[in-house]
Amino acid sequence: MLGVSLFLFSSDTATHYSTLAERNMQANGSGFTWNLVANVQEMFTYAFMRNAFEAGTVVALVAGLVGYFVVLRGLSFAGHSLSHTGFAGATGAILLDMRAIYGMLTFTIGSALIMGLLGKRLHGRDVITGIVLAWTLGLGVLFLSLYTGYATEAYAVLFGEILGISVNDVQTTLVMGGVILLAMAIIYRPLLFASLDEEIAEARGVPTQALSIVFMLILALAVSAATQVVGVLMIFALLITPAAIAERLTTRPKLAILYSVVLSMLFTWSGLAISYYFPYPVSFFITSFAFFTYALVRGVPYIQHTVFSRRRKDMGAKAIAADLSTANL
Amino acid sequence: MTALHRSQERRQAQEPAAEVEVMLDEGNNVPQAVVSARDLAVELGGRTIWHSATFTIEAGEFITIVGPNGAGKSTLLRMLLGLLPNSRGQIQILGRQPQRGNSSIGYVPQRRTLDPDLSVCGRDFVLLGLDGHKWGFPLPFVSRRIQKQRAQDAIDAVGATTYADRPVGKLSGGEQQRLLLAQALLGQPKLLLLDEPLASLDLKSQHTIAQLVAQVAHERGITVMLVAHDVNPLLPFTNRVVYVARGQVEIGKSDEIITSENLSRLYDTPIEVARDSQGRILVFGLDNSISYAINA
Repeated sequence: MLGVSLFLFSSDTATHYSTLAERNMQANGSGFTWNLVANVQEMFTYAFMRNAFEAGTVVALVAGLVGYFVVLRGLSFAGHSLSHTGFAGATGAILLDMRAIYGMLTFTIGSALIMGLLGKRLHGRDVITGIVLAWTLGLGVLFLSLYTGYATEAYAVLFGEILGISVNDVQTTLVMGGVILLAMAIIYRPLLFASLDEEIAEARGVPTQALSIVFMLILALAVSAATQVVGVLMIFALLITPAAIAERLTTRPKLAILYSVVLSMLFTWSGLAISYYFPYPVSFFITSFAFFTYALVRGVPYIQHTVFSRRRKDMGAKAIAADLSTANL
Repeated sequence: MTALHRSQERRQAQEPAAEVEVMLDEGNNVPQAVVSARDLAVELGGRTIWHSATFTIEAGEFITIVGPNGAGKSTLLRMLLGLLPNSRGQIQILGRQPQRGNSSIGYVPQRRTLDPDLSVCGRDFVLLGLDGHKWGFPLPFVSRRIQKQRAQDAIDAVGATTYADRPVGKLSGGEQQRLLLAQALLGQPKLLLLDEPLASLDLKSQHTIAQLVAQVAHERGITVMLVAHDVNPLLPFTNRVVYVARGQVEIGKSDEIITSENLSRLYDTPIEVARDSQGRILVFGLDNSISYAINA
């Protein structure tokens, strides 16, 4: 998949990023200074940065919130496959000369509905999901090959190109974000209940089946929005990683959601800010920040544990040695 | 005529009158039956699981529901919860038809191990028993403080204070069971339904949980209906036993229902019931549909 897309886009991407870098160079009056406030002010004089930050913030907020429930409900693979079916929708839309986001929304919402309705009835669901998404990826490649125009849009769908987002897409993202936030605010409590123990929630009158479907639809919206920032292939970075980190930091759901959102925003903002000065893809920076933070959160307790247990072992050995030396054998 | 038949006749004679009384009762003069069923039957997939079930459960009783696997014990609970309709007969719970989401009924389902990665703490898990079924999200008002206090009281009542803040997925089976009980208690139910709460617990934990449920229910005046495979840990606390087997549902005291005579009649095969010096029951003669563990 990667090979094919690189082959298709290699020449385009080189020019793409060099133009972006040039744009940055021209745009950068003074370059990076240690006066962070001035840097930010300078960044925001450019519409493309403002648009990127607007859309990026909304996406990060939504991805952090929805991501918590994705991890809780074990829907990581479902989220990932939704983004892949979205790819077919996006490339199909480009082929039909429509906005990519509409095609993506159609396909992701459709798949989400099907997945939600089939629900628990499919045992070994990941197998069927994998089979279907492999086919939708194939469809996407077909649409790509049929498209004779400028293929950067398809590249953007795959890898994310938030710096090139149009004002229209920013507005669409704001609307999607608003819908998601409203829906999550309404279903938060019963969704949490059903996610933790479906049987009890059902007995208490929670419509668990309907909630599953509604959440899948929310996920479809969140995935479509997040694709604009990190692309179809790197959805995990915003949807899963921040929530996974948050889960390791606290056991209280509300706090975990807060951490997840804050982390998601930090990764996005840092990625955007750094890419202003360095001509490399934003999604690379975002995924890197996410990955290294996760590694840190997992690594530190492990190191602490090993170091302390080694010290304890050493102390134990020393104590035994001391006893042996004082005892008159 | 056996004691069982005599008491059955007595019950049948009393019942219509009792039911009329129940229906006429407006105030608190006559204690209302918590569950009253007449000629009840349940069907699943076209097959009748059990039929002609007639029983009345009074307030404050501790009922143990026993019977072989697949007899329909859990089905009875699901019907009481309004998750399953009855195909025949009448049933009333606290004077109303069974409905889903009846907040006067607390439910502790059959424990399957919670996902070990579940990182939500027990306290928040328990709190959901209070308002988890309501829409929206809890706002940080003063009422939230009162709710948290009630949750703490429930957690203390079940003895889960020391591990209430640890992630639920990392707790042992018995500890999770206590939290599930606290969650059910938080809704202040009048009727508590438990589906095999003692399953896969070691013997000591079985006795501990059985005593805990009985004590907590007695303190709060809650009626308990508990499904179990082995009646022995529950014998000291059980008022009456509901025996579900071979499509029939019988109710009575344990020494009336679980007798050689009665079980032989029920299973249509020679069954022997023995009791040891402590009153514990041993059942011999059931093959692979054995309903009691032979306790050492």
